[in-house]
Amino acid sequence: MPYIPHTPDEQQAMLATIGVPDMAALFADIPPELRPKSFDLPQGQSEMSVLSHMEELAARNSTDLTSFLGAGFYDHYNPAAIKALASRGEFFTAYTPYQPEASQGTLQAIFEYQTSICRLLDMEYSNASLYDGGTAIYEAIMMAVRKTRKRTKILVSQGVNPIYRTMLDSYTTNLNLELITVPHNQGQTDVAALMDHLDEDIAAIIVQNPNFFGSANDFTQLFEQARKNGVVSILSVYPVMQSVLKTPGEMGADIAVAEGQSLGLPLSFGGPYLGIMTCTKPLIRQMPGRIVGKTTDVDGKTGYVLTLQAREQHIRRHKATSNICSNQSLCAVCSLMYLALLGPEGLKRTAELSIQQAHYAAERLTSIPGVSLYNKTPFTNEFVLSLPCEASKVINALVDKKFIPGFPLGRYYEGMDNMLLVACTEKTSNQDIGILAELMGGVL
Amino acid sequence: MIPDNLLYTKSHEWAKIQGEEAVIGITQFAQEQLGDLTFVELPEAGQTISAGEEMGTVESVKAASEIYAPISGEVVEVNSELEDAPEKVNEDPYGQGWLIKIKIAEVPENLLSPSQYEAHIAEEAH
Repeated sequence: MPYIPHTPDEQQAMLATIGVPDMAALFADIPPELRPKSFDLPQGQSEMSVLSHMEELAARNSTDLTSFLGAGFYDHYNPAAIKALASRGEFFTAYTPYQPEASQGTLQAIFEYQTSICRLLDMEYSNASLYDGGTAIYEAIMMAVRKTRKRTKILVSQGVNPIYRTMLDSYTTNLNLELITVPHNQGQTDVAALMDHLDEDIAAIIVQNPNFFGSANDFTQLFEQARKNGVVSILSVYPVMQSVLKTPGEMGADIAVAEGQSLGLPLSFGGPYLGIMTCTKPLIRQMPGRIVGKTTDVDGKTGYVLTLQAREQHIRRHKATSNICSNQSLCAVCSLMYLALLGPEGLKRTAELSIQQAHYAAERLTSIPGVSLYNKTPFTNEFVLSLPCEASKVINALVDKKFIPGFPLGRYYEGMDNMLLVACTEKTSNQDIGILAELMGGVL
Repeated sequence: MIPDNLLYTKSHEWAKIQGEEAVIGITQFAQEQLGDLTFVELPEAGQTISAGEEMGTVESVKAASEIYAPISGEVVEVNSELEDAPEKVNEDPYGQGWLIKIKIAEVPENLLSPSQYEAHIAEEAH
């Protein structure tokens, strides 16, 4: 649909039709003090000058850095076909598919996405996506609160991404919920401490695999204990690694959530991203957002429809399960394309290469005097280095050399100013790791 | 169509008091308004419910509505057949479509008599 602004004559015609003399009268119901004083917009400019202005702004970003940043968002290679296919008009639309008769293709793509995600995480049901990984955790705790009714405490491992935990704090500020954060134990998710906290006041427990420090975990026993206490277990995962790690389904999680960025979406300054959400059958009616189902029509032909809609916002409005008003269809479809293009073996190879590069990097970097590995248990493609000085000092020195060596943990964890979180992907070359080791050695 | 041996709520639940116990369900009017039910979510046996508070949900193709407890007490039995056959509520709301049985703790005074409920739905229909 083209965007055609109306002319002053057309505005007059519209005002006349509804019987209002002028624009001021149209907005008379809005008290003057609530009206904008000015829109403070500059004069119109030509396309050419706007473009050159935008290019000038964009050039201020450093886009040619070699990055070892991860912390929940990873620089994996995205096959070129994704962008080409996702740009097709059939997918590239803001339209949300309510009417099955008009949107079979979109609905089928979402159905296939749900199927792929269920297979990857070994879970029974997936919704059609949420905004991002942090939102998905929040929605998961709300599912648990509804399911467990009068319980109001949520147990959160400090090994869960601090960005998501900050989001949880903010989302639950005005709710009658208590978040209990269980500290990590030298970078390990403290399963024993989490177990100790499990009782009949706890609605949900949230853990992450690999945890924020990159360490891989098996939460099977924890989840079993949670179930015995009627606590809903929520596992946040890094989807690429699910091709090689024990899956949420195998561990017995009730709800598994993830940030889907690593599946075919570019880092692109923080979004738009993809909230992955899956659950087991007993929780399906608590799941927010859209779910596409496959059915047959009166002639026996396959059809795709939005299903379990009775709790969705466009019908329930004030009583909807969630206030999420839209999903991330295009991002979800990109992830589906990524999974389809790589296939199970390709995804596994991506994970293995990323892990291999991280282990090589850990080996090289810990050979620098004064640098040691903080992780005491197996890690995947991300690990923590203990440095002889503040991590931010190393980062500042290396950014000038076009290298981002990692994420400074002191930003979110007290007493961890000397800790640097380093991530690799299949894109990280041995040469990059070698240069990083040399540069870091030079600074320390 | 409104059985005269039951008590009613303004939110369209019914209760049949049988000694120390009560059977609870939703009315004919409620099931008609909702349409074909696809799912009924009920409290578990052993749970305590309080009059006026939410005790479950009924979901149809187009809507999900809360069910409010007409009477306070402890749930002693749940109609488990509704799990696989929620349509029983549509077919027989005062019989096979009953929802739960409770051990009565307290019966509130504001429950409606059959004639009061009849007047109430006549008003709602307007």
